[in-house]
Amino acid sequence: MPQSASEIARRVRTGETTARSVVEEHLAVISRRDGEINAFNLVTGDSALRAADGIDARVARGEDPGPLAGVPVAVKDNLCTRGVPTTCSSRMLEGWHPPYDATVVQRLSTAGAIMVGKTNLDEFAMGSSTENSAFGPTRNPVDTSRVPGGSSGGSAAAVAAGMASVSLGSDTGGSIRQPAAMCGVVGVKPTYGLVSRLGLVAFASSLDQIGPFAGSVADAALVLEVIAGHDPGDSTSIPQPAPSLVAEVGRGVDGLRIGRVVDLPGGAEPEVEARLEEAFAALVAAGARIVDVALPSFAYALTAYYLLAPAEASSNLARYDGVRYGMRVAAADTNAMYAATRAAGFGDEVKRRIMLGTYALSAGYYDAYYGKALKVRRLIADDFARAYSSCDAILMPTSPVVAFPFGDKVDDPMSMYLCDIYTIPTNLAGHPAMSVPFGLGAHGMPVGIQVLAPTLAESTMFRVGGALEAAGRGA
Amino acid sequence: MSNPNAHLSTVVASGDELLAGGWELVVGLEVHVELATRTKLFSGSPNRFGDAPNSNIDPVTLGLPGALPVLNRTAVELAMRIGLALNCRIQPCIFHRKNYFYPDMPKAYQISQYDLPLNADGHLVLPSGTVVGVERAHLEEDTGKSTHVGGATGRIHGSDYSLIDFNRAGVPLVEIVSRPDIRTSEQAREYVTELRAILEVIGASDAKMEEGSMRVDANVSVHKPGTPFGTRCEIKNVNSIRALGRAIDYEARRQIDIIDTGGEIRQETRHWDDAQGRTHTLRTKEDADDYRYFPEPDLVRLEPTPDWIESVRASLPALPAARREALSALTGYDTRSEAIVVVVERGQHGYVHAVADAGGDPVRALVHVQQAFAEEGSTPRVPASDLAALTVMEQDGKVSATQAKQILATLVDNGGGDPSAIAAAKGFEAMDTSAIETMVAEAIAADPDAWAKYCAGEEKAAGAIVGRVMKASKGKADGKVVAAIMQGRRSAG
Repeated sequence: MPQSASEIARRVRTGETTARSVVEEHLAVISRRDGEINAFNLVTGDSALRAADGIDARVARGEDPGPLAGVPVAVKDNLCTRGVPTTCSSRMLEGWHPPYDATVVQRLSTAGAIMVGKTNLDEFAMGSSTENSAFGPTRNPVDTSRVPGGSSGGSAAAVAAGMASVSLGSDTGGSIRQPAAMCGVVGVKPTYGLVSRLGLVAFASSLDQIGPFAGSVADAALVLEVIAGHDPGDSTSIPQPAPSLVAEVGRGVDGLRIGRVVDLPGGAEPEVEARLEEAFAALVAAGARIVDVALPSFAYALTAYYLLAPAEASSNLARYDGVRYGMRVAAADTNAMYAATRAAGFGDEVKRRIMLGTYALSAGYYDAYYGKALKVRRLIADDFARAYSSCDAILMPTSPVVAFPFGDKVDDPMSMYLCDIYTIPTNLAGHPAMSVPFGLGAHGMPVGIQVLAPTLAESTMFRVGGALEAAGRGA
Repeated sequence: MSNPNAHLSTVVASGDELLAGGWELVVGLEVHVELATRTKLFSGSPNRFGDAPNSNIDPVTLGLPGALPVLNRTAVELAMRIGLALNCRIQPCIFHRKNYFYPDMPKAYQISQYDLPLNADGHLVLPSGTVVGVERAHLEEDTGKSTHVGGATGRIHGSDYSLIDFNRAGVPLVEIVSRPDIRTSEQAREYVTELRAILEVIGASDAKMEEGSMRVDANVSVHKPGTPFGTRCEIKNVNSIRALGRAIDYEARRQIDIIDTGGEIRQETRHWDDAQGRTHTLRTKEDADDYRYFPEPDLVRLEPTPDWIESVRASLPALPAARREALSALTGYDTRSEAIVVVVERGQHGYVHAVADAGGDPVRALVHVQQAFAEEGSTPRVPASDLAALTVMEQDGKVSATQAKQILATLVDNGGGDPSAIAAAKGFEAMDTSAIETMVAEAIAADPDAWAKYCAGEEKAAGAIVGRVMKASKGKADGKVVAAIMQGRRSAG
């Protein structure tokens, strides 16, 4: 398990330890384990050590380097880092050096955090196992014969293996929560607009949201406090300052109403179902009340998502045309160059989604596909609004299955897509949700329980997450 | 955006506006104008024409991964100014993505507006009185500029390589879409002329067709009045107002010839070749792109508040129509008179008012400005008080109209001066009446035939006598005085 971020920051700020020694310890873990795990596309050891020395110098001068002083952080490789290659695990962007930092990367750095590397992902964040990476799959640190989940598999694995204290991922349909569950760490998808997307390479702009992975609910809250808050560079960023969240983690759930979805689509493994029941029981023991709620449109979410997300992706990924940056395959004329570049640069899953999305937006099909999916999206938001009129948070599994062996689902996209059946609806609604490790499932693999909350109710979500974590540790 | 085939025309050409054979021309115009903002529509990059290629670029302009658009408030205000000047409804609106691949289109989509434009349902009253409906005036971003090197056509097909300048990419545009209410090429030219004047007056754009900051596409069709509209063709590459008139006239004739010989018009986009004076096919409807419009998820709804709209409205200057009315009130000339239209077009209306304010004669001021100030800008160099003094000298009969013109020319050449001093220098001291009377008598003696005809009521014959007097006086004699003396002699018998 990773070292605690708050503990590292406390020790670095008080001079009990140095950022350099913290970073060196983590780089040592990386060199010991990442050959096998392949969580990182790039390890930025030299610049991390330089940054650590800078932090230590500031502490020596009596300055406070910030709430994440000296904390080693891994950054998903679809977040822009100035002068540092950002590939999205795609051949298409191999060798591209962004001229700017994503807002979240900047905020982490300002808070004293130190980036140790860029983590692997399913190409352009499209996938649920990190097997769609052009640079090879990431292995699950808990059992290296199994996938870490995805698409932020590298960020989840980096934290689970103790190669970084915390990390950043992006979640479009579950890409933080699902790998967090499969690797046994905490993963948070914040309210849409709470965290700036500026510098996040877009997959589906209306669904993408950046969030943290951590070894504990409190560390996740600490990182979210740092990266949240209004950014004028992202028009969809909510014009509010970052909420105070760390203090919520230990507040308990006494009096909270926790929703149990009576019409939740089935198909979860029995061990996962069992952990969910135990989670409800733990919250009741902690003083919460269980309320039955219905989400009748929930079952349509997956279908709607696989129209909306590919539609936006088909447009977002159109810019990779070989004209200005990234890969270019020479050809006789411009159109042939586009085709050759995109054929060589994109993997199968990306091509599949571009085709799906292009089709869904085409003249004559828009109303039947994209238009209808938008309506479903509204119905789901309405469902949640009704549910939250009688409860404060909702509990459900993060993933219906625990981490599966490599190759299990790659040839069956539908079964892969079903991994996200419980995580997608919150993206469609724009709500926050988090996955908290809660016991083990089949094959001794971790199970994650998902806490859902209404828009900007991160404080409630972290109270529930904190209570689950406390109960899970005892379990 | 509208389908002109779907309804019958409510605007019908008058008889003399119909083309030969009873055909009615139907034209709608799509005008793109670059807004005069300091920065681009969605980024802080400078919006400046003529800089070194690819010097005004940034991650948003280049569509780099992770870059996000942030809407330029000034661009929205300028677009609202256009909407208000064109009597549009300003409404809550959203942006859409228009998807297509082209090398100078950095994101492979253009951020534009689709079913909910910022400005809708306006109209423009032309100086001639013609009313042209404005369907919409929406905001969108411009593309970069490609230069195709090698090959015969200068187009991408067949070229050796292409160069792209992204300075223009992301420059704010407003697309103003007229309804198909235009019935003659003259009206089309008048519409664009008036629109350009409005855009300049309200500070929305410098509207230069030659520099491409104003680009006009014409949708042209022909039909017989009372029948549904004909199939239209869109004419592109019209680079001047004169070219617009020629292109429309050519296209109308082309379409009529096709129909007259039993053919059918294909809906297509056609390219105007100004040198050859003809249009040719650019692309047909069959190979038109499917733009796959969908709401731009990186931007939020734009909802101008009533307060904002009103503050923009309050900041609008007087529009050309109001300026023409004010000049009409000052001079008694019709708002549609050439003098008023031309002077307002040149922005010299304020100068005419200033001459009148300085005690000058408004009508003479208007005419002088129209005739002598064509090369001057909106603030002529001749001080208004100098021109006022000249008109007063004319009014008082101190100089003849001919002399006044010469003095005026000197004023323009020198950028001002004292008109009475110029008159003195030119020897323009007014002639006394007795000297003129002598000259009239001499002229009659020299051409008794003309005088006889004049006395017999042939007014035209007066010209010969007046001409002799003017020649003898070297133009110093006041024509009105000469005429009065001649009339006096005639009625005295």
